[in-house]
Amino acid sequence: MNINLKKGLNLELAGGIPTLSSTVAVPTTRYAIVPDDFPGFLPKLEVKEGDTVAAGQPLLRDKNREAVKLVAPAAGVVREVVRGERRKIERVVVDVKGDQSVTFDTHITNRDQALALLCSSGILAAMRQRPYDIVPDPEVTPRDIFVTAIDLAPLSPGLAWRVAGQQTEMETAVAMLKLVTSGKVFISVGDDWNLGSIRGAVMVHVTGKHPAGNVGVQIANIAPVNKGEVVWGMDVVSLARLGRIALTGKTDANTTIALVGSEVKLPGYVETIEGAALEPILKDRLIEVRHLRIISGNVLTGTAVNRDEYLRFPYRMVTVIPEGDNADEFMGWASLSPKKMSVSRSFPGHFLNRVFRPDARILGGRRAMIMSGEYDRMMPMDILPEYLIKAILAKDIDAMEKLGIYEVAPEDFALAEYADTSKLPLQQIVRDGLNYLRKELS
Amino acid sequence: MKPLKKTLDRIRPHFEEGGKLHAFRSVYDGFDTFLYTPNETAKRSGGTQIHDSIDSKRTMIIVVLALMPCFIFGMYNTGYQHWLACGETSFPFWPLLFYGFLAIIPKVVVSYVVGLGIEFIVAQWKKEEIQEGFLVTGILVPMICPVETPLWMLAVAVAFAVIFAKEVFGGTGYNVFNVALITRAFLFFAYPAQMSGDHVFVAAGKQFGFGPVAPDGFSCATPLGQIATTVGDKLEILGVNGEPLTWMDAFVGLIPGSFGETSVVCIIAGMLLLLATGIASWRIILSALVGGWGMAWLAHVCCTPTYPASYLTPWDQLVFGGFAFAVVFMATDPVTSCRTNVGKWIYGFLIGVIAVLIRTYNNGYPEGAMLAVLLMNAFAPLIDWCVVQSNINRRMKRLTAKTQQQ
Repeated sequence: MNINLKKGLNLELAGGIPTLSSTVAVPTTRYAIVPDDFPGFLPKLEVKEGDTVAAGQPLLRDKNREAVKLVAPAAGVVREVVRGERRKIERVVVDVKGDQSVTFDTHITNRDQALALLCSSGILAAMRQRPYDIVPDPEVTPRDIFVTAIDLAPLSPGLAWRVAGQQTEMETAVAMLKLVTSGKVFISVGDDWNLGSIRGAVMVHVTGKHPAGNVGVQIANIAPVNKGEVVWGMDVVSLARLGRIALTGKTDANTTIALVGSEVKLPGYVETIEGAALEPILKDRLIEVRHLRIISGNVLTGTAVNRDEYLRFPYRMVTVIPEGDNADEFMGWASLSPKKMSVSRSFPGHFLNRVFRPDARILGGRRAMIMSGEYDRMMPMDILPEYLIKAILAKDIDAMEKLGIYEVAPEDFALAEYADTSKLPLQQIVRDGLNYLRKELS
Repeated sequence: MKPLKKTLDRIRPHFEEGGKLHAFRSVYDGFDTFLYTPNETAKRSGGTQIHDSIDSKRTMIIVVLALMPCFIFGMYNTGYQHWLACGETSFPFWPLLFYGFLAIIPKVVVSYVVGLGIEFIVAQWKKEEIQEGFLVTGILVPMICPVETPLWMLAVAVAFAVIFAKEVFGGTGYNVFNVALITRAFLFFAYPAQMSGDHVFVAAGKQFGFGPVAPDGFSCATPLGQIATTVGDKLEILGVNGEPLTWMDAFVGLIPGSFGETSVVCIIAGMLLLLATGIASWRIILSALVGGWGMAWLAHVCCTPTYPASYLTPWDQLVFGGFAFAVVFMATDPVTSCRTNVGKWIYGFLIGVIAVLIRTYNNGYPEGAMLAVLLMNAFAPLIDWCVVQSNINRRMKRLTAKTQQQ
């Protein structure tokens, strides 16, 4: 199957990884798991401070669906459980120590066994279900499962190379997922895919610009979610890891992250583990001239973190850009500087096709929705984004359903939020809308 | 520029809650964000970390820039028409321009002072930021009014439009009708005697003591005004000096008319800027031109002495009156036009058709562009509703097809 998407945009930012780039391994002494990275997961502790944990041992479970776990990526000792307001668990911090690891039961012949492994290995937590963009409910059988091997987010080095040579693992995982779903397993691949077909899965070749790599955009163009249906989405890296666990019985939480952005001295790859402390990774690698914004993830959907914090899910890249809070730009709205990054043709930079070094400023005041068609250009889905956003703001459940809220996730609106003249927080609006809907309909 | 920024930062506390000048917070905010792009940065989680450089200030200022050719030409043409009316035979460029400048500047000032004043008060009262919408409206208003419009009428009309067409709906972005056109419509319907006929479209006296004085009793009806009162099938359009006006005169814009709307050349220049920057919708402009031309062609084919304007060719219809100006600068207002792409095609097309329909078949209104845009403003949500409904139906159909399959 081939899908060609016209809408969308690839943002060209400074600080990408050069083609020939070496990988540095940074030893990790500490990591943390942040439950907020897993929407819909209500954390309950499975360990307490001072406990020794093995790699693959559950640290947290979901309060509502006890089988769903977040597991320790590496063996160690629980250092602290950081709590925020109303004792909400913000993160579980573990000091890396030893090399014990849990051995999972890999004898899988039926759906229940497959689900049990998905839950206990923590892979389920890396998946998302539509509707609501939350960690899937294992009790609901998904109509189909969609796997994306494409990541076109700004400065992302893509996904395909991460699973090079892992056909067997992926085929094992696909066989397992086919036990779980009543439908098909789709794998969407881009131009950088050279592993051929994965047995058991329906391969879909997707061409287009960001957000063509979003699993939600792929679902909308392959087999859209209707009211009452549930589908699961995941990325190809989690798929390969699931296969590895099924083949070896061991989890391995090594990850290669891309350290990118205009404020990184030498953008490149760093080998570490999931949730690793950022301090050793960033040390001596940043240009310390301006105020910096360190983002775990990409500039559209990532989370800003402090240096003493940790890598956040999906544990694949760190982008460092200037914060810009002391820029004091004089009459920026009148600027003709080619350095101004914009989708709009009213800025000369738009035509000069070069890389930009944006900072974190909002660059304008929040307004009512004025310009039309801006969101639409950024969303390759059969959705009328302006009307959906208005329905969400009005808390009109009926209109939200009719306009397709079950098909979307906040990340699908990220590019529209970037381009918005009125500077509306679209991703937050969609997230709030999804939460509201889930609460009202349950 | 650092000292300016420091001064702004130093006086900021006076304008904040509890400060001496708190009543002027919205004014301070307006100037502060105008002079310096806010340093506010994105939220740390749950949203994008970077934002596009475009904001509503940029958008509005591009529209104002696009209006500038028309505005400057309007100054020249005001002087030119006045000189013609005075029977002069030489037309010195700078005095003409200066005369027009003196004629229009009080109207611009009144429009901005009244409109922005209301905006500042409302922003202060609602504890919101000043919105930029009136930057465009404020310059549009003097451009679509006859040059002899009394200032007090303009002030009343602007106040009425800003309060009742915009603020009561919730401010910029929520208005149903184009605010500048409501101003014009208010003048047209509240003061019909002063706003039409032979007197308002050409400046008669001195401006601040500058320029010649026109003799009493010269005729200065606009081309469409003359056509509407024509009897029989012989169209004759005369200029202020009694010479016939050609299509080229109308295209260049040296004809009597509202201040900024006469020159199609300048309107095209503005249109190119709006289309090149992507601020205006090419769909609306194109479909409105097609609709207007098509309707004019139909009317011309079925021409009859009952409706003298039907003798105008389609190309005449596009260059006379406010049609071109309305299509480029009024119909494309993103807030009051259709928001869906399909809707924009229908919306623009109907504006073109209705504008020509009114000016041709309603002898009471020589010009129909204003009414056409206002009418379609009212229908834009309905058109969009139909387009949205088709998206919803597609989704419903998918669901029913699915259930039947099972």
